[in-house]
Order: sequence, then structure tokens, then C-alpha cells
Amino acid sequence: MQLFKLNRAIDFMGMRKFAVALSVILMLVAIASIATRGMDLGIDFTGGTLIEVGYQQSADLGKVRDALAAAGFQDATAQHFGTTREVLVNLAPRADMSNTELSDQAFSALKQAAESKVELRRVEFVGPQVGDELTEDGGLAMLYALIGILIYVAVRFEYRFAAGSIIALVHDVLITIGIFSLFQIEFDLPVLAAVLAVIGYSLNDTIVVYDRIRENFRKMRKGTPAEIINASLNQTFSRTIMTSVTTLLVLCALFVLGGEIIHGFALALIIGVVVGTYSSIYVASAAVLALGISKADMMPVKKEGADVDARP
Amino acid sequence: MNRYPIWKNLLVLVIVLTGILYAAPNLFDQDPAIEVAGTRRANVDQGTVAAVQDALKTAGVEIKSLDFSGTRLLLRFHDPESQLKAKDVLSEALGDNYNQALTLSTDLPGWLRAINAMPMNLGLDLRGGIHVLIDVDMEAAVKQSVERYAGDIRTLMRNEKLRYVTVSKGDASVSIKFRDAAVRDRALDAVSDEFRDLDVTARDDGDSFLVVAKLGKSVQQEVSKFALEQNITTLRNRVNALGVAEPVIQQQGQRRIVVQLPGVQDPARIKDLLSATATLEYRLEDTEHNVEDAVAGRVPPGARLYRMRDGRPVLLKKRVIVTGDQITNASSGLDQRSGSPAVFVNLDGPGARRMRNVTSDNVGKPMAVVFIETRYEKYQDKDGNTVKRKRKVEEVISIATIQEPFGKRFQTTGLDSTEEAHDLALLLRAGALAAPIEIVEERTIGPSLGADNIEQGFNSVVIGLILVMIFMALYYRTFGLVADMALAVNLVLIIAVLSMLQATLTLPGIAGIVLTVGMAVDANVLIFERIREEIRNGNTPQASIHAGYEKALSTITDANITTLIAAAVLFSFGTGPIKGFAVTLFIGILSSMFTAIIGTRSVINFIYGGKRLSKLSI
Repeated sequence: MQLFKLNRAIDFMGMRKFAVALSVILMLVAIASIATRGMDLGIDFTGGTLIEVGYQQSADLGKVRDALAAAGFQDATAQHFGTTREVLVNLAPRADMSNTELSDQAFSALKQAAESKVELRRVEFVGPQVGDELTEDGGLAMLYALIGILIYVAVRFEYRFAAGSIIALVHDVLITIGIFSLFQIEFDLPVLAAVLAVIGYSLNDTIVVYDRIRENFRKMRKGTPAEIINASLNQTFSRTIMTSVTTLLVLCALFVLGGEIIHGFALALIIGVVVGTYSSIYVASAAVLALGISKADMMPVKKEGADVDARP
Repeated sequence: MNRYPIWKNLLVLVIVLTGILYAAPNLFDQDPAIEVAGTRRANVDQGTVAAVQDALKTAGVEIKSLDFSGTRLLLRFHDPESQLKAKDVLSEALGDNYNQALTLSTDLPGWLRAINAMPMNLGLDLRGGIHVLIDVDMEAAVKQSVERYAGDIRTLMRNEKLRYVTVSKGDASVSIKFRDAAVRDRALDAVSDEFRDLDVTARDDGDSFLVVAKLGKSVQQEVSKFALEQNITTLRNRVNALGVAEPVIQQQGQRRIVVQLPGVQDPARIKDLLSATATLEYRLEDTEHNVEDAVAGRVPPGARLYRMRDGRPVLLKKRVIVTGDQITNASSGLDQRSGSPAVFVNLDGPGARRMRNVTSDNVGKPMAVVFIETRYEKYQDKDGNTVKRKRKVEEVISIATIQEPFGKRFQTTGLDSTEEAHDLALLLRAGALAAPIEIVEERTIGPSLGADNIEQGFNSVVIGLILVMIFMALYYRTFGLVADMALAVNLVLIIAVLSMLQATLTLPGIAGIVLTVGMAVDANVLIFERIREEIRNGNTPQASIHAGYEKALSTITDANITTLIAAAVLFSFGTGPIKGFAVTLFIGILSSMFTAIIGTRSVINFIYGGKRLSKLSI
């Protein structure tokens, strides 16, 4: 079975102006949304208390809110989580009790108000200082991952490739986070992990393309850089699509079957894989072309041994 | 062409078989179980085993299996109900002399246990339980040690007959004020001699002369480290008293402690127990002054007004004799002479010295134990912001007369009942916390959510795997099937490595496995696409296979190393859930490189190697 016939080569680089325009627009929208709408940060980052309770029949949110208000939790928000039998309650901090008591009090209020058995499924309390640290650590983690990758690619390939892969990564991360901001999807700790995994995945894709570009620059006698890059993209195209498809298959399985807690995680990865696949073709390759890669840059370095021997 | 040397094939076979062997324990069911262990008062022996069996038989609780290791007794049950019932029965039958803990235990056959194969640990999000992150108040720990130094310096000045004006405490320093420069200079020598760990300097301030003793960075670090260690020990004691199996109590970072208790049903009680932080102080009662005057507002210098538990006022000397962190042990029992309830207290070296000094001079005078609890409460300030405030609750829990001078070990009698003695001992032990602590993060997962998470995680792995397998088999035919084998083996290897490392599998960890399943085929896709390309270029099938593997190798390595970098960064920065994801991603990438490159090659060589081929099924 073969999905892509290669006798007609696609002129990827010919379309790069259009692609660059699209990427720039998407990134601007992402930045604008992050700047104006902000992120819907989960309690992992903001700090706070939430409890998830399970009812035996589907729960009436109005009654749940009433029960909470009666117990003095007027500011609590309640919503269904996954099914209508599960309810997620966000609790605001209260002056007269500690955060650790908060969840116990709220749960016992719900237990008393309910007609049938209620079960405590989950409590999460994150102190504000922990949230702040996490935000800082998360940002640092992303930064260090980028630096580590930059160094590795610069050493293994060339600085233009390193720059190109970082541009592609920033593009992917920005758009993924931008979509979470635009649609105000909750951004929690697992989503951060997913974004970092997107960095790994997108890079994987980019490196495969770069590897072929490097090989072709050395092998192909004729052709402009644009033609060589085009040829490389065509040669790796079916692999790029295949790997994205298999990864998306499992991610969709995770999204549909993995349960509510893992939803954001799976979604971030799905977005990231789609954007990452696109960026490895258009953004990363167009970037090295724009940075003026030439054949001379790609010629293999002289055998190291010979060089060393020449010195006294 | 395309033949592997026999050792390479054997290597692949050995690794795969080892993987299967060590992944196998995860297939066995986990039974609800109770672990019974002895305490200092009693050991588990054959008699205990018989007593346990008898008690359970009488109560009608069926035991699935019973395992006696010489010091520990493990009882497995058919269902959680009989486990809980058995716990009640055993509490009654065995009393306080034995610790029993609810746990899950896999009923492994002996040969698996013999090679040390064990199932993966399940994280709290998969089995239910409570995770608490505790912050230790290091500033308070330093402050306490400043206070202790100030007391010691006062004593030194008095012993050396150096007249000082005041001894005042700073953030991390003690300054002593003198009227006379000559006295100051003598004091400077005395203090630097006695307290070599402090940075002691002299300073002139108008007509007063100062000696400033500073706690240097290293001393402060020492104090903090000690505070953290002591808190961990105290928490461990409290948790052990609860009877939870496999508790995790670990330091995290400079000032945090993680406590993880799997399978705990009552988070409220746990949190009370963990966050109730307390410390103790032994002080002399001020009998020279009138309590009524003090209540009326005229508190004499050198004394402070306290209240007893029943609200009675009592006047105590300001000077602390011994603090709670100097108590090494406290237990309750009966006084050998009178037979009345008593509490036995052990002090550490410095504490014992001070106690001996003070009690020698004060025989016949009353001494009080002050119990100090630090609670955190939130309130809204006038701008509506939530502000956190520390509240110190201090009360006198006991006053006893010093009968004779004592030091390292002493007893307190005159208690009303054995219960009171027991409670006081408990308070004294619990009081041995060097610094106040606060819960800054809590995650509790109910057992039903844990079970749901396992099921959903398992389903998504299996369905994802099947989808990818079908896709690969359709697209690459025979080669696709070989890649599918590699994928299945990869999954087994990940589980085997996680089991061998006794790593903890969490929900994000499962997500990491799912992701690796998707990405693991990438290496094979790269190789197979190369082989197709080689064939299109007119190479023979055998040469194409060879070249395909050869040329794809550097690409695969480069691509995977960059992902490994991302996983390593995730691991070093992440906490709990993120770490779990990073670990499985890391292991998954490594094992997928093995299965996708070496594993598939060995099977492909087995199928096609050395044969005359005109066509490949790819």
C-alpha cells in the first residue's frame, strides 16, 4: 500500500511565502490572545482548592450549589466533570478556615445534602507559593529544553539548522498555547508536560528533514538550495505523514478513552503534532533557506585525524 | 547478506525473554492484605500467628493465604470487605502491641519471587491515596536557635561575672550591650571561646559597647538542615503510628517534605495529624511574685503569664530550660516506687546538662511544661486580600515539683490517670518538632477514581496499540507485521524496566507510554521508507534492506537524542506527575530504539537473510 506517489514532486518551497504568511498570522493571533485573554490557568499554577465528588445518579448542579451556599461556600463553582454523575467544585479560600479544612467542610456539606451516597473522588489543594514556583519552573524547563536542543543541533549540524529548529519550536509552542488561550481551555500541569513533549516531537520531525537536507546537499551535484530542500522534503514526506498519523491515532485513543483528567494533555499533543508536522516542512526548512544555507556549509568536515597529525 | 551473528540473535532473545519475565508479575492480581509487624513491646512469633488465625476464624473472616517471614505476618484476603473486617478483629485481638497496615499484595509464584521480579508500583492517582506537600518554616527554626543562643550567652555572662545591660535578639544574631569597654572586651573573648560556630565581633555605639554574635550562613544552613531532618523523623513516627503500608516521606528541595499515603480513606484525620505542629518548653514557675498582680497587668520582669489547660493563670520564668527538640524520647508507664502513672523523658546531651544545672539549684520548686502549637489561619485584610497569619497557642500542660536534681533521664509523676500519662507522653514526643510546618499542597484521589484511571489508561494503551498495528500491517505488509512485533515487545520492555526499577506508574506515565507507542514506530517508518526508496532506485532487495537500516540509523539517533534531552529536562524540573511522564518517555525512547533497530533487523534477517529474493513484501 502506498498513499503518496512520488512521481510528481510537490513544490514545497514555492509555497513558502504563503506558508510564512499563514504562520505569522497564526503566531500574531496567539500572542494577541495570550496578551489580552490570558490563559485559563489551572489550580496547579494559580493555587486553590478543588474537589471532585461522585454521585450515584446524575447530579443536579443547582442543588449542589445550594448545598454549598448553605454551608457558607457562596463563591464555590460547580460543574459536571466527564459524566453528569461527577461534579467538580472549585472552592474559594475562606477567612475562617485553613485550605486543608476547606475541602473536608465542603465535602461533608455535600454529603449531608445528598439523597444518596456521595463519594469523594479527588481533592486538590495547591498553595499559592507552590503555584508560583511551578509557573517559574515550567518556564525554566521550557527554556532549558530549548537551550539543550539548540546546542545539540548546532554541534551535530550547523548553527543555521539550530536557529531554524528553534524558530520552528517557538512557532509550535506559541500556536499550541495560543489555541488554549483563544478557546480558554484549562492549562494545567499535564498540559505543560504535553507542551514540553510537543517540543520533543516537533524536533524529532524537524531533525529527520534536516538530516535529509544535509545528506542531499552533499550528494546532489546540481540544483539551487531551494531545489535541494524541495527534493529532501519530498523524499521524507511520506515518512513525515506516516509518523504523524500513527502518533495521532494513539493520541485520539487517549483523548477519547483516557478520561476527563487526561483530556487537556491529549488535546495539547494533538494540536502540537499537527502544528509540528506542518512546521517541520514549512517553518524549519524555510528558515534555513532564508538564513542562506549553501552547499559549501554542508560539505563534510575534513577527517579529524589528518588535521591533528599535520600539527607538530 | 543480512545475517546476524549468532550472539546478536541470542542477545535479542535474552533481552526479550528477560523483559517478559520481569513484566510478568504485573499480570497477577493484587490481593487486599494486612501486614502485621511487632513493636518494641512484642514480636510476631508462631504464637501470634496462631492467635491471629483463631481470632479470624471465630469472627468468620476467610484468609486467602498467610505468609510468615519470621518478623512479619502477611495476610491476604479475597476482597476488601474481609480485609477491613479483619483489621477490626485484629485490633481487638492483638491490641496496641502490634502494628498492622492495610496493603495490596501480589500473590506471586515462588520462582518469580526468587528472581526478585515484582510488579510496578502504582502511583496514588491509580490506586487512590493522599499526597501532601509540607513546607517547613525555616525562618522560625533559625529564630528558635537565636533564642537558644541568647539564653546560653546570658548564662555565660552570669557565670563569668560579666555585667551586661541587655541581650537582644536580631534576625540571625544576638547582641550584648555593656557599659564598660573593658568588660566588653573580656566578654568578646569569652563568647568567641565558648561559641566557636558564631561570628563574634565588637562594635561601639555611642556610650554603649556591643558584642555582636552572628549566625553565619553555614550555621543557619545547619539549623535548617536539622529542622528538616527532625520534622521528617517526627512525621515518619506519626505516620507509622497510623498503620499505612508503604508510606513515602521524603525531602523535596531545601525546605519541603512530601508525604504520600496510599489507600488512605480519611484525609481529614491525616491532615490534622500532619499539620498539628507543636513544640514544648520546660520553664521554672515564678513563685516569688503574685499571680493576681500579673493578671491585673503588672507582670514582673523576667516572667511571663501563662494559662493552664483549665484556664488557671500561672506565672513562669522567661528563661527556657529545655525545648521540645532536645527531647529524644518520651514514654508513659508506672512509677516504680509509688505505682502511680508517670511519664519518662529522655534528653539529648546539651539539654541534659542544662536541666542538671537548673534542677540542682531549684530542688523543691515547681517546673512547668509549656505546649506551643503553631496554627496557620487565613483572614481577609481591609483591601479584601487573603492574608495568612500565624497564631501561636501556648498553654501549660503540666506543673511538677523538682524532687531531686536530674539530667538525661527523668520522670514526671503526679498525673491523674494512665490516659493522662499516655497523652502527655504523646504530646512530648510530638512536640519534638524543630520548626513549624504547613501543608502547601494536597492531592487526594479516591479509590474509585484510581480504578477508573487504571481502566481508562489501560484501554487507551491497548486501543492505541491495536490501531497503530493495523495501520502498520496494512501499509508495510510483512515489514509492518515485524514492526508490530517490535512494538509489542517494546511495551513489554517498558513495563519490565519500570518493574525492575520499582518506578511508580502514574496516569501521566501511562500517557507517556501511549505517546511512545505512537512514536516508537517512527524508527521503523524511517527504515522502511528508506528501503522502499532503495528499491525504487533499482537496488536488489538484499542491498536495499542493508542500505535502508544503515542510512536510517543516524537520522533515528539524532531524532531520538533530541527527544531524550526534552525528557531529561522534564525529569529534572518536574515534580510528581511530570516526573512520571518523563520517566516512561525516557525508558520508552531507549527501548524503542532497541526493538525498532536491532529487534526488527534480527527478525527481518531471519525471514529474508541470505535468500535469493526478487521482491520484498513492503
